Amino acid sequence: MPIKSFSKLWSSIWKYFLFILMSFVIFAGISFPIVDVPKNWYEFPNIPGLGENAKIIFFHVSTAWISVIAFLMSTIFSIKFLRKKDLDDDVKAVTSAELGLVFCILATVTGAVWAKFAWGEFWSWDPRQSSIFALLLIYGALFALRSAIENDEKRAQLSSVYSIIAFVTVPFFVFIMPRIMKGLHPGSADDSTSGPVVNFKMNSNMYLIFMLTLVAFTLLYIWLWQLGVKSGKLKNKVLL
Amino acid sequence: MVSYFLFKKDIHSEIRSRYAVNSLAMFIIVTISVIMFSIGAEEISDYLTGGLYWVVVFFTGMSGLSRAFVSEEERGTSLTLQLVAKPSTILSGKLLFNLVLTFCMNVVITILYSILFSSFVLKSLSIFLFAFFLGTIGIAISSTIIAAIISKAGSKGTLYPVLSFPILLPLILILINLTKSSMDGVSFNEAFVEIAFLFSYDVVMTAASFLLFDFIWKD
Repeated sequence: MPIKSFSKLWSSIWKYFLFILMSFVIFAGISFPIVDVPKNWYEFPNIPGLGENAKIIFFHVSTAWISVIAFLMSTIFSIKFLRKKDLDDDVKAVTSAELGLVFCILATVTGAVWAKFAWGEFWSWDPRQSSIFALLLIYGALFALRSAIENDEKRAQLSSVYSIIAFVTVPFFVFIMPRIMKGLHPGSADDSTSGPVVNFKMNSNMYLIFMLTLVAFTLLYIWLWQLGVKSGKLKNKVLL
Repeated sequence: MVSYFLFKKDIHSEIRSRYAVNSLAMFIIVTISVIMFSIGAEEISDYLTGGLYWVVVFFTGMSGLSRAFVSEEERGTSLTLQLVAKPSTILSGKLLFNLVLTFCMNVVITILYSILFSSFVLKSLSIFLFAFFLGTIGIAISSTIIAAIISKAGSKGTLYPVLSFPILLPLILILINLTKSSMDGVSFNEAFVEIAFLFSYDVVMTAASFLLFDFIWKD
C-alpha cells in the first residue's frame, strides 16, 4: 500500500515540480541580465556577435531538441506498431508526432525571430531553415495521409510505414545537409566560429540554466504526451 | 528472375496501353512550354535554368510514376500478384520498371532542355552525370515506395506529390546545388561530399523500402 500511495503522490508532485522549474527557466532565460564580465551567479556573459539575442537560445534550442526527440519517439512507436499490431502503439506514435509538429512550429518561429535580429531577415532560406521547413512538410504530409484513410488498422499501418520512411530522411535534413551547405546558422560548411555556441562560449551558470531548460521542456513533453495518449486511447475505446 | 518477368509484364502492358509513357511525354512538353512562356524574351540567369530543370523532372515524375502500383489496384490484379511472388520480388520488379521509366524521362528532358535553353551549359560534365544517375535512382526508389503507399490508401492521386515531395526534398536540394556547381565548372573533388550524400541517400532509401514494403503490401 505505501508504495502505491507514494507513486500516486509522486504522479502529482512531479507536475508541481515541473511548474516551478518551468517558471524558473522562463524567468531566468528572459530576465537575467547579460553583462561583459559576469560577477554574480545570475549574470550571463556577453557572447560576441550575439549580445542580447543570446537569450532566445534557451527556447529555440530546447523546442528544436524536443521536436527531434518527439519524432524519434514517434518512429520508435511506429516500428513497435508494425511488429505487434497494437493500436495503442499507433496512438502513442501519433501523439508524439503531433507534439513534435507543434514544437517544430515553435522552433521555426523562435528561429525566425532570432534570424530577424541576428541575420536581418525573418526568412532567408538558410539550409537550416529549409531543413526545418521540410520537417514541417513531412509531418504535415503524414497527417494528410492519415486523414485520407478511413479504416483504422490500414491508416495505422500505412502511416507507420510513411513515418519510418520519412524519419529515415531526417538525419539528412537535420545533421548532414546544414553541415555541407554554406549558410548562416552555426555549424554550416563555411562557419569560421567552429560549431555551436553552446559548447564554447557559455559560462557555467548559463550552461546550467540551458541544461535545466532542456530538462524542463523534456518533462513538459512527457506530460503532454501522457495526456495525449490517455485521450487517444479513450477515443479509440468510445469509437470501437 | 521472377522480378525480371514482372518487369517484362509491366513493359508489355505499358506497350499495349502506353498510358504512363504518353502522360509523361505530354507532361514534359507542358511543363517546359509553361516555363518557356513565363520566361518569354527575358534573359534568365544560368542558375535558374539549373533549378528549373529539376522542377521539370520532379513534376513529370509525379505525374506518371505512381502508375506502377496504382494500375494493379485499378485492375484488381494485386491479390494475384500477392499469390504469385514474394513482396521483395514484386518491389524489385516494379522498381526496375520505374527506374527504366525515370531514366528515359530524364534523358528526354535533358535533351529537350539543352536544345531549348541556351543558358543551360554544363562546364563539368562528370559532376552532372553523377548527379543525373544517382538522382534518377533516388527519384525512382522514393517514388516507387510512395506509389505503393498511395495505391493501398485508395489511390488518392492528389496525395502522391504531397507525400513524395518532403521525402525527395533533400535529394532535390542537393541535385540543384550539384547542377549549379557543374555549371560553374567546379572540380570533381570539391563536389565529392554532395555526390557521397546522393549515394548514401539512395542506399538508405533502398534499404528502408525493402524493409518496409512487406507491411504495405500485405493486407
